[in-house]
Amino acid sequence: MGSRTRENPLAALAALAGLLVAASVALIFFYVPTDADQGFSQRIFYIHVPVALTAYAFFAWGAWKALRHLWKREPGADLESYVAIHQGVIFGVLTLLTGSLWAKISWGNWWLWSESQLVLFLVLFLFYGAYFMLRYSVEPGPARANMCAVYALFGVVLIPISFLAIRLANQLIHPVVFTLQGPQMSGSMFFTFCVSLAAMLTLAATLFHVELAGKRLDSRLRELRELLA
Amino acid sequence: MLAVTAAEKYVAAAYGIVFLVVLVYVLIIALKLGRLERELDELTGRVRQRREAEAQRREQVPVG
Repeated sequence: MGSRTRENPLAALAALAGLLVAASVALIFFYVPTDADQGFSQRIFYIHVPVALTAYAFFAWGAWKALRHLWKREPGADLESYVAIHQGVIFGVLTLLTGSLWAKISWGNWWLWSESQLVLFLVLFLFYGAYFMLRYSVEPGPARANMCAVYALFGVVLIPISFLAIRLANQLIHPVVFTLQGPQMSGSMFFTFCVSLAAMLTLAATLFHVELAGKRLDSRLRELRELLA
Repeated sequence: MLAVTAAEKYVAAAYGIVFLVVLVYVLIIALKLGRLERELDELTGRVRQRREAEAQRREQVPVG
């Protein structure tokens, strides 16, 4: 197995993701203490926040690749940007679903339109959701790649706004855990959170590379089909 | 019977949704890989047929 994973970095990444996901689940349910304020439902925090941060990371990665496409004309950057945004949208769906469940058990509501953090995340999610409408409404080629790259770059402005909204807003129903004074939780909680975040990031990175490999294979097969026609 | 609290149900639902979405995603990727494999088989078959046809043509060319 060792030499096989050395030859195939994707297999090593997938194994690491599996290990970290198993470790995080074990820590969340068997190690971390129950929160004194929210009780058992606070355990949603260890999946909701890492999933949300992963969505932000992939939207930002998609925008970075879009910039590389426009600036350096990096080959494959358009495809990487598209796959990263796809991952961001998947993790965005998970953020909204897990967040809604947490909101219902903690605040008694599935959704609160008065919460700017929630609304801004929804705006960010819908903005990147519309990216696919743009991409599939234009014929493949350099024009589509340029248009999608510009669109992906516009969206990145929403990331810091969405992230900082809760810190700038005064209506604090949504909890603030990470402040300028550091994380507002015990050491064991912070350790569990870090493991969960690493698990989500490696899981998303694995899915990103698998999807990217599939897309590359698809385009090579299309090229081969054209050559054989 | 094991009593399950509302909080436990919501926590299970949150983790279950993440697991389910990842599972569906992996299934979609697996189906896509299956389609690519079939396409690759088809293209390999086409190349093989072409080579065989070329080899036959070469055999039929009169020498001299």
